[in-house]
Amino acid sequence: MAQPRIGVFVCHCGRNIAGTVDVEHVTERAAEIPGVVLATHYDYMCSDPGQDLVARSIKEHRLNGVVVAACSPGMHEDTFREAARSAGLNPYLVEMANIREQCSWVHQGPAATDKASRILATVVEKVKGNLPLEPSTMDHANKCLVIGGGVAGIQAALDVANAGFEVLLVERSPSIGGRMAQLSETFPTLDCSQCILTPKMVEVDRHPNIRILANSELEEVTGFLGNWRVRIRKRATYVDPEKCNLCGDCVGACPVRVPSAFDEGLSERAAIHIPFPQAIPSSYTLDKETCLGLTPLRCSECRDACEAGAIDYDMQDEFLEEDIGAIIVATGYELLPKERMAEYGYGEIPDVIDGLEFERMVSASGPTQGELRRPSDGRVPKEIVFIQCSGSRDPELYKPYCSKICCMYTAKHALLYRHTVPDGKAYVFYIDVRAGGKDYEEFVQRAMEEDRILYLRGKVAKVFQQGDKVMVWGVDTLTDRRVEVAADLVVLAQAMVPSAGVAELARKLRVSVDEHAFLKEAHPKLRPLEALAAGVFLAGAAQGPKDIPESVAQGSGAAVKAVMLLSAPELIHSPEVAEVDELLCSACGICSPQCPYEAITVEDTAEVNEMLCEGCGTCVAACPSGAMSLRNLADSQVLAMLRAALEEREEAEVSGG
Amino acid sequence: MAENGFEPRIAALLCRWCAYAGADLAGTSRLSYPPNMIPIRVPCSGRVEPSWVIEALNAGADAVLIGGCHPGDCHYVSGNYKARRRVALLRRVLGELGVDPARVRLEWVSASEGAKFARVMRDYVEEIRALGPHEGGLGSSTAPEAVAESVVEAVEQVVQHG
Ligand SMILES: Cc1cc2nc3c(=O)[nH]c(=O)nc-3n(C[C@H](O)[C@H](O)[C@H](O)COP(=O)(O)OP(=O)(O)OC[C@H]3O[C@@H](n4cnc5c(N)ncnc54)[C@H](O)[C@@H]3O)c2cc1C
Ligand code: FES
Repeated sequence: MAQPRIGVFVCHCGRNIAGTVDVEHVTERAAEIPGVVLATHYDYMCSDPGQDLVARSIKEHRLNGVVVAACSPGMHEDTFREAARSAGLNPYLVEMANIREQCSWVHQGPAATDKASRILATVVEKVKGNLPLEPSTMDHANKCLVIGGGVAGIQAALDVANAGFEVLLVERSPSIGGRMAQLSETFPTLDCSQCILTPKMVEVDRHPNIRILANSELEEVTGFLGNWRVRIRKRATYVDPEKCNLCGDCVGACPVRVPSAFDEGLSERAAIHIPFPQAIPSSYTLDKETCLGLTPLRCSECRDACEAGAIDYDMQDEFLEEDIGAIIVATGYELLPKERMAEYGYGEIPDVIDGLEFERMVSASGPTQGELRRPSDGRVPKEIVFIQCSGSRDPELYKPYCSKICCMYTAKHALLYRHTVPDGKAYVFYIDVRAGGKDYEEFVQRAMEEDRILYLRGKVAKVFQQGDKVMVWGVDTLTDRRVEVAADLVVLAQAMVPSAGVAELARKLRVSVDEHAFLKEAHPKLRPLEALAAGVFLAGAAQGPKDIPESVAQGSGAAVKAVMLLSAPELIHSPEVAEVDELLCSACGICSPQCPYEAITVEDTAEVNEMLCEGCGTCVAACPSGAMSLRNLADSQVLAMLRAALEEREEAEVSGG
Repeated sequence: MAENGFEPRIAALLCRWCAYAGADLAGTSRLSYPPNMIPIRVPCSGRVEPSWVIEALNAGADAVLIGGCHPGDCHYVSGNYKARRRVALLRRVLGELGVDPARVRLEWVSASEGAKFARVMRDYVEEIRALGPHEGGLGSSTAPEAVAESVVEAVEQVVQHG
């Protein structure tokens, strides 16, 4: 600041301040501070005449800094900055001294007056060091990238597209739909999962603003907020979707049979396949990994069978590059892998299965058309045991967290079981029943009472095969009795874990994951839809265990966040951010790992990306050479503020509050 | 009123999102506390440089309070963890220099904890009152200025990796 010409405006706030603090005295003391050319006080500074007084004084006294001593900056900082702007003064040269919330309302007597004038003095020192600033602005791309085509990604894509923006929906597997496409009926209403999902999938397919890239994954991301350049690999499917008429002749011709991932291994598929009839995009995919051999070609049965001539063995992976303005990550979840649950015999005993396998078994579109038959011998199970929290809430061995949806889907499973096998017996082992959700508790109660499912509170100690039965030993802690069930089928409610490969994806996107590899939000309460990297948003179970309504809600929420970004004429960012003095910087690199937003890169010197920096100043405090500084809160400013706060004063005897 | 007539002077560096907002709430709720503290608003407790604390003690403060968000709640995710580490180191250095580490305190106060803010202030003022005034010039009577400078430097050295 050239020669400081600071105006100080002390507010009475009616009696709120003036009833306690001697405002005249505070004004007089302020006038004595070097650099203060005007000090005055007024009844209500925030009133129109108060604001006019500020604006007029700026012009009359050619002020180059303003301090309003009044309420907390949260209340009226914007008001006075606007008033200053209208009078031609840069708003960043205006600050508030909080002499109400942090002084007149909590102290009394001369001590309150002394404290008020000290607070005021600190802020005058700050303003002396402030620089006029302009918000940074930047153009941005208009397209949204959605990664993951589960129900969360589908909802996000539709909402962004309906707001008028182009969407690129990248799905790793051959079809969008995610886990929801695998489910039978959905709690708490028991409507058929595919019946409510497939219309949305079709809508995505038909939407003029959405381009689906199935069998595709993100290869590389460069750039940042609003201006990413992404490279996507679209794996060759060896089938031209334009020509494929879905006749299915190729499947009959293919000599290969491997377990179907969509059916959780309960059925077999050919190397050339469509995961389920309503898959979108509706086309077959030849899976190179299980095909007998493409290079050199070992078999050509499918091509020979295809009358449409849709099969092309020379098809190559494609690479697409796109400019992207906003990114939504909705990569979903999977269940804790079987190999890991040895104590429940999971992965060893054929009749111990997980929840998704059960979904496929009772699904009308499943391998048994919804008839429940156990894997080992195809018999209908007459006694069935459900074990909740398998791998969840188990910090010693597995996951410490609650997977949140298992209480609900276990109740659903037990109820569906009782509806399909009316003379069957269902037992549920549980730790607690957590049914927090609209109509959820009612649903569980109904399962317990109307469908006479036996809920046993306690942990299962052992599961083992005995003859053709699966023995389950446990303790009912409510009655303190040992329980032994000779079951025909055991269903484990496996912990939900993030989709494989998420950590790598997060690295590419430069976003963080938590200790369980769920995507981490910018703030657990206030910014649950945003990743730490600006412009990247989160939706669905990729961020933590979630049911469908929550995933959909988050999908819509993330879409709004993305649309806010895409629809802005240009990106605007606060200029009160960190800044490097290149002459002082030794490129030691201490700053950059301090930054939670990846805003600092270090090459010849450190460099701060102003659009990413949020202005916390943590890097500044860490810089050993004083090269890093926070605009308008430099070290020198804080030190001057401290000196002003602590200045020796003859009259300064603080007396009781 | 203190019997010994000593009124501690405390500088408080409060993060704007939590501790400063908590102090505002104490005001809105009219929860009075001793006026011995002068607040300075900073974006985050992670912005606080340990050398400021030394400088404040040299400039006449009897103690420095740093207020931040509760662990896990920092508006900037992890600034408060950095602050916690830096303050822990700083307290060790102060101890080495013969300054009671109690003269710097880090407190987590959320925006909804007006009552906690007032209580912390009451406690801290009492504690420092009992401790007595901080006699300036850290650790040396011969060349307080020079020593203070080297102390600041030493602290920066120790703390920058925090
Ligand atoms: C047994 C069981 C029963 C359930 N029953 C119900 C119920 O009745 N009611 C209910 O509300 N909820 C139920 N749920 C929960 C429901 O499945 C989830 O809430 C929902 O599927 C979450 O949707 P999502 O889009 O977040 O994730 P997902 O459905 O997992 O979709 C994620 C998508 O992202 C894709 N993907 C992953 N990684 C990448 C990558 N790197 N690149 C590109 N694409 C990628 C995946 O292929 C997938 O298509 C049940 C869950 C289980 C396990
Ligand atoms: S914002 Fe409060 S401690 Fe970081």
